[in-house]
Amino acid sequence: MLSAALALTLLALVFGLLLGYSSIRFKVEGDPVVDQIDAILPQTQCGQCGYPGCRPYAEAIAAGEADINQCPPGGEQVILALADLLGREPKPLDPERGEEKPPMVAFIDESECIGCTLCIKACPVDAILGAPKMMHTVIADECTGCELCVEPCPVDVISMVPVKEDITHWKWPPPKVANGDSA
Amino acid sequence: MKLWTFHGGVHPPGHKRESTLRPVKAAPLPKRLVLPLLQHLGAPAEPAVMVGAEVLKGELIARPGNFVSAPVHAPSSGRVVAIEEFPVPHPSGLSAPCIVIEPDGEERWHPACQAADYRDLEPAEIRERVRMAGIVGLGGAGFPAFIKLNPGRTVKTLILNGAECEPYITCDEMLMRDRPEEVLRGAMVIRRAVQAQHCVIAIEDNKPEAIEALQRTKRQIEEAGDIEIVTVPTRYPAGGEKQLIKILTGKEVPSGGLPIQLGIVCHNIATAAAVHQAVEKGTPLLSRLVTITGSAVAKPRNIEALIGTPITELLNLCGTDFDGLGEIIMGGPMMGIALASYQVPLIKTGNCLLAISRTEIEQRPTVLPCIRCGNCAEACPINLLPQQLYWHARSKDFDKIQEFDLFDCIECGCCAYVCPSSIPLVHYYRFAKSEIRAQQEKKRKADIARERHRKREERLAREKAERKARHARKRPATDENKKAAIQAALERAKAAKKESSPDEV
Repeated sequence: MLSAALALTLLALVFGLLLGYSSIRFKVEGDPVVDQIDAILPQTQCGQCGYPGCRPYAEAIAAGEADINQCPPGGEQVILALADLLGREPKPLDPERGEEKPPMVAFIDESECIGCTLCIKACPVDAILGAPKMMHTVIADECTGCELCVEPCPVDVISMVPVKEDITHWKWPPPKVANGDSA
Repeated sequence: MKLWTFHGGVHPPGHKRESTLRPVKAAPLPKRLVLPLLQHLGAPAEPAVMVGAEVLKGELIARPGNFVSAPVHAPSSGRVVAIEEFPVPHPSGLSAPCIVIEPDGEERWHPACQAADYRDLEPAEIRERVRMAGIVGLGGAGFPAFIKLNPGRTVKTLILNGAECEPYITCDEMLMRDRPEEVLRGAMVIRRAVQAQHCVIAIEDNKPEAIEALQRTKRQIEEAGDIEIVTVPTRYPAGGEKQLIKILTGKEVPSGGLPIQLGIVCHNIATAAAVHQAVEKGTPLLSRLVTITGSAVAKPRNIEALIGTPITELLNLCGTDFDGLGEIIMGGPMMGIALASYQVPLIKTGNCLLAISRTEIEQRPTVLPCIRCGNCAEACPINLLPQQLYWHARSKDFDKIQEFDLFDCIECGCCAYVCPSSIPLVHYYRFAKSEIRAQQEKKRKADIARERHRKREERLAREKAERKARHARKRPATDENKKAAIQAALERAKAAKKESSPDEV
């Protein structure tokens, strides 16, 4: 009886020490779930989800505060990937947050720009170039299409234009099969 | 030489006789030459001329965009009339930036085109000449040729690919028949550039005249003595780079690997002829042989045409029935792409224009459901499982499809050829590949955006902290400091009063 109790206590002690040691030795920095969610999000940094950027939204999802259907730029693809990652049921995009749109890029009508720098301050990825009283322009390659620069412009010369399709980024459409092949 | 064999493959009807009966004809100078800036794999070239500029034949009009790129030259002397977007030969039918030249008909050569003896040139000089001559792989893929001249490893075998296994296409065959010397001389130049120990020219056994011509010429050129001309059995796709390497050496290029890992470099014979032209004659790539054939063409033949010639002019030269035309394919029937627009120019990689009549297209069998017969797996020269790839492409399961090595698929079309249900399998694979590439590109851009956003947040926080610190230094905010400041101001005011008061009294 005593030996059994001793043996169990000893075992518990050994495993306790082992667990305690490994929790220090193999400590994971940061929250890996947040990183995984953040990797799925489109990084538009538009704030349409109600959080100031993609990372805060990822943190909110991980904490269970936000739902997985609040990202309009990511659309269905992101919802499906998040549902897959978190083992939740996919659901349609929350219409209050906005709707899924084709990829856009901001465009400044440079002839009318007054150089107020308000759009530069609004851009979450520093994709607008310019200086006070100098014309501004969008670095199209870096623009995420978040639309945050449109609102602050006092002279309304920023518009969102669809990303131009070119032959290097063109995608093959899925084959159109008229008859059969429905197996 | 001992030959090996590769898995699968098919024997489609050759249809090569039609276009080899007539001799090669040179196309007349067109009214306009449209030169796309992207005619190769890699980055587009960048224009080096302005609209209105007079250019000479062979003059550089667009320089390479980056390392993996190729320059573009003026195929004839004339004037640059436009640099803008025009339709290009591409399955999308989209337009892309082009330089348009109106030839003046004088064919004045640019003085930079200087001949040289390749034996006096170092390998690096040969590569630079090939690079600046704008030579790309003329077999169809269009990879800038100079990169494959710079292997960075010891090259045991240089293979020149004259297999031309795809039905209908005969431009390589006619080149070997008409200009065997250029091919052999090109082989010698490339051999020097890559310092290959051994050089093989491989030709399918359905081209006896080409083999005969090369062998005859080889006997006349002393230094070409050790170039081996090998006849390989006709079986599609024997001309695929990896398949040809397997046939000649018995070795397999590893998945995702390159032939150079086996000490092998492979070039097309037309590329070799272009290398000879560039190095020994100083002529950049200005023209190519193109096969005009198909059921809608009355007089199929090969034409030597300037790059940039409108394809409709080439088709007209061979009596194409445009009223009964169903579609035009650039390339062959197995791997070629159906053109969405006919108002496009001939480009460097355009080896064949296959004009198919509407009646022939109407006779194509309808697509039926997959019956899981497995014929496709037997025909696949890469040993893939085409049926699995098909199912996953259909259900857009792009992670799964990569587990079945989608990117090893060479899109040869053997699976679709043997499919009893006529399923457009290759189209499914192209769809899946472009979707996956687009997703990867999206991911790359998202990573950049994340990084830029993080850097911006950091910068804003730092600026805020700096502003605060500056503030604290300038205007001390504690109560005592405030009191002291007020006191000092009062004293200053008193002193001022004292100074001014005596006068008032």
